[in-house]
Amino acid sequence: MLGEKETRKICENVLARCKDGQAEVLLNFTDSSLTRFANNTIHQNVAERDAELSVRFFIGKQMGTASTNRLDAAGLDLVVERARRNAQASPADPDYPGLPSPAQYPQVQCFDPSTAAYTPEGRAQQVGTVCRLADEKGLNASGAFSTGCGELVIANSNGVFAYHVSSSADFQSVVMAEDASGRAHGSDWQASRVDVETLGRQAIETAERGRNPRKIEPGEYPVVLEHYVTEDILSMLNFYGMGALSLLEGRSWMNERIGKKVMSDQVTIWDDGLDPAGTPLPFDFEGVPRQRVEIVTQGVPVGPVYDRYTGAKAGKPSTGHALPPNARGMGPVAMHLFMAAGSSSLEEMIRTTERGLYINRFWYTRLVHPSACTITGMTRDGVFMIENGEIAYPVKNLRFTQSYVEALDDVQAVSRDTHLLLGEYGGFGMRVPALKLGHFNFTGNTA
Amino acid sequence: MKTLMSRALDLARLRGAQYADIRVVHNRTENISVRDGVVDGLDASETEGFGVRVLANGAWGFASSGQLNPAEVDLVTDQALQIARASALVNRQKVDLGPAVTSQGTYTTPYQTDPFSVSLEDRLAVLLAADAEMAKVQGLRTRASNLSLQHEHKYFANTEGAFTEQNLYEVGGGIQAMAVGNGEVQMRSYPNSFARQQVTGGWEALLSWDLPGNAQRIGSEAVALLTAEPCPRNITTNIILGGAQLALQVHESCGHPTELDRVYGTEAAYAGTSFLTTEKLDTFQYGSPVVNLTADSLRPLGLGTFGWDDEGVPAQSSPLVKDGLFVGYLMSRETASRLGRTSNACMRASGWNRMPIIRMVNVSLEPGTWDFDDLVADTDDGIYMELNRSWSIDDKRYNFQFGTEIGYEIKNGKMGRMLRNCTYTGLTPEFWNNCDAVCNQKHWQMWGTPNCGKGQPGQVAHTGHGAAPARFRNIKVGVLK
Repeated sequence: MLGEKETRKICENVLARCKDGQAEVLLNFTDSSLTRFANNTIHQNVAERDAELSVRFFIGKQMGTASTNRLDAAGLDLVVERARRNAQASPADPDYPGLPSPAQYPQVQCFDPSTAAYTPEGRAQQVGTVCRLADEKGLNASGAFSTGCGELVIANSNGVFAYHVSSSADFQSVVMAEDASGRAHGSDWQASRVDVETLGRQAIETAERGRNPRKIEPGEYPVVLEHYVTEDILSMLNFYGMGALSLLEGRSWMNERIGKKVMSDQVTIWDDGLDPAGTPLPFDFEGVPRQRVEIVTQGVPVGPVYDRYTGAKAGKPSTGHALPPNARGMGPVAMHLFMAAGSSSLEEMIRTTERGLYINRFWYTRLVHPSACTITGMTRDGVFMIENGEIAYPVKNLRFTQSYVEALDDVQAVSRDTHLLLGEYGGFGMRVPALKLGHFNFTGNTA
Repeated sequence: MKTLMSRALDLARLRGAQYADIRVVHNRTENISVRDGVVDGLDASETEGFGVRVLANGAWGFASSGQLNPAEVDLVTDQALQIARASALVNRQKVDLGPAVTSQGTYTTPYQTDPFSVSLEDRLAVLLAADAEMAKVQGLRTRASNLSLQHEHKYFANTEGAFTEQNLYEVGGGIQAMAVGNGEVQMRSYPNSFARQQVTGGWEALLSWDLPGNAQRIGSEAVALLTAEPCPRNITTNIILGGAQLALQVHESCGHPTELDRVYGTEAAYAGTSFLTTEKLDTFQYGSPVVNLTADSLRPLGLGTFGWDDEGVPAQSSPLVKDGLFVGYLMSRETASRLGRTSNACMRASGWNRMPIIRMVNVSLEPGTWDFDDLVADTDDGIYMELNRSWSIDDKRYNFQFGTEIGYEIKNGKMGRMLRNCTYTGLTPEFWNNCDAVCNQKHWQMWGTPNCGKGQPGQVAHTGHGAAPARFRNIKVGVLK
């Protein structure tokens, strides 16, 4: 770790080199490790330590950026010179709103020293337990357990200085039988709250229950979806429509739907970078304080998240959702999504289903058409037929092609339990419940 | 540099490593993006560092750092050893790397014009000219263009005596036009999907694509797609896939399932496994006799073209599918040894801070004998589809569904009306066994996929895929309501 004092010094050194213009400095330090296992054996085990520094240099409304991981004097000279040169070559952008001013950031707790100090031996011990349990059942466990910490700093010529330190732990495992598999996943900023053994047992149990799957015909089925699937649904709705740029360009699923009731009453989604139940980060990558943003309230889309650029274009204030300079072409993105809990449980959802599918996970989901966020993908790691309120038998994986917006218009139950996950796309923290949907469109199957 | 690298290897050996290697990598990229006439990104980035991989107590450890100095080299080498010993606590299979690798030499990507020597103004001029041409088309909602240059300077050394130095250059870029209306959102890209073709080589490659010269055409096509007929739904017909779409089809349904680490289960939790299990090697009819697929790291322009892979194994060419028969895998030293073969140079890391894993090099469909016009004339009924818009495939690389930006009806040997929202779906071996014609060398092109994700922690690889248009019989088409 560099520490707040050292990072402030580095930022001041960069800004001192930028007196002929305006500048923003982003410093991102990471110290992370990951233990990967497969075939009940650790086969990759890695560690990384790095600090990346990005500079946005402004000459009026001309902007250029550069980044480096060289933090010595020569490295700072070079990165500033490259950012300046890029700004000089870039035509002015009349819509550029300027750099933000200093702000107060709420204190959020997201750092756990013991998570930051987790050792390879500690990870091996946890992973070894899952491998042993799988081996005892004649199953094959694979997965990854990562731990680490990081520092994020934003500073600019207007006097902004924002510093945040965080830790993270993430465990995921796929356990395979010959013709079945199960998966479990858990994340938190405190490793002690990621119960590796329990997650491993869940994956093992799903794999065992999934043996001898039957092939069923594609078609429309009611579905009970584990929270892992909800994470995928929210991730896709996020990337394809919860940011202001996609709305401004007319390609968001929210276009033509804001203020209209297009989803079930039971669907309420918001973004909150300050909630300790997620992975809090009190400011965005421009140093703007994060606001809680209501995105869908009781089935009605309320609006997207903004950064300063899209906010200025839309006549709205930034909600604190800018990405780092090298990803800003994507526009603002919600990084701390929550979906409201309901009053049900997975058991109740299954018990109240006459015939339908219980699905553990979606896989390789991709946008087919943007207008209604129509997605295709496969089920994976556990699909079961529900008959007369009970799990009847495992089924072979299915392909679906389904509008996620339309699917959420037919929510029949939401679980009271929610789970924190680091999303597969972008690694954003997200707290989500399990869902029961009235229909879901399956368009193909496997042999 | 050699002294610093030897320091890590000597230390690793001294402290009990059976094997160690070190890569020192300096990567520099420069990107420009233009959106609706405004330069919305002009970026230069560089990163440098080193990664040490050690084999100790029969297990792997890897550690890396962005600080390149003797004290850090010692620290990181020790950390890699500590990690390897922790790995050995949960290890049932001792690593065998097969024959020693002792490669020596230097390699530089062939180019005519060093892309980094082209002024920023000249680079911008190409994109602004393309944007201006797209702007002439009425009805477009968004115009986007981009270019990306990359230079990777990489050293590799191992405890078996290898020492190599490489300078790898890439250029990439493209344009995209988006139209919105009629309840539709439609995009056209050029030269490749998502506005990004990428190759190894110099500035001349980017100029050869003539982005401004194709800008009005794709803009007009995007607008026309808003009112084009929708792709027929739930029919079975013949399709001809354009080269760029076929390149991605090869990537997903041939490249990935032939990765031997997937077959051995070490990617099961993330990227998935493969239906091409080892008992199928040399016996399984993957495709029809016109299907020939090759893995190589030698072909000009390919993003998988280099001097040596990240285990120091020399670039080479090897068949994956020969006359339709499945005959080869993409292999590392360790996995090849387990199979009783030798590595075909497919271990690649996305940077200094990642451990190499099996990645595609250039996985290509070899050219056939057909002229494109003759192929269309020979097709009574079908759809021509080009440029990817959507791709999804299951974890064994078996069941897939792809969507393309544009399609054209084929009736009685002639291309007809434009079709929007085209999709096709199938099972990999059935699909490739239904391939009955591949176009010839004249239509064959090297395509780049600079966004292939795999591994934990995540790695993005740049892979090459040569392909010419090809025809597939009896394919299920159309899924959208």
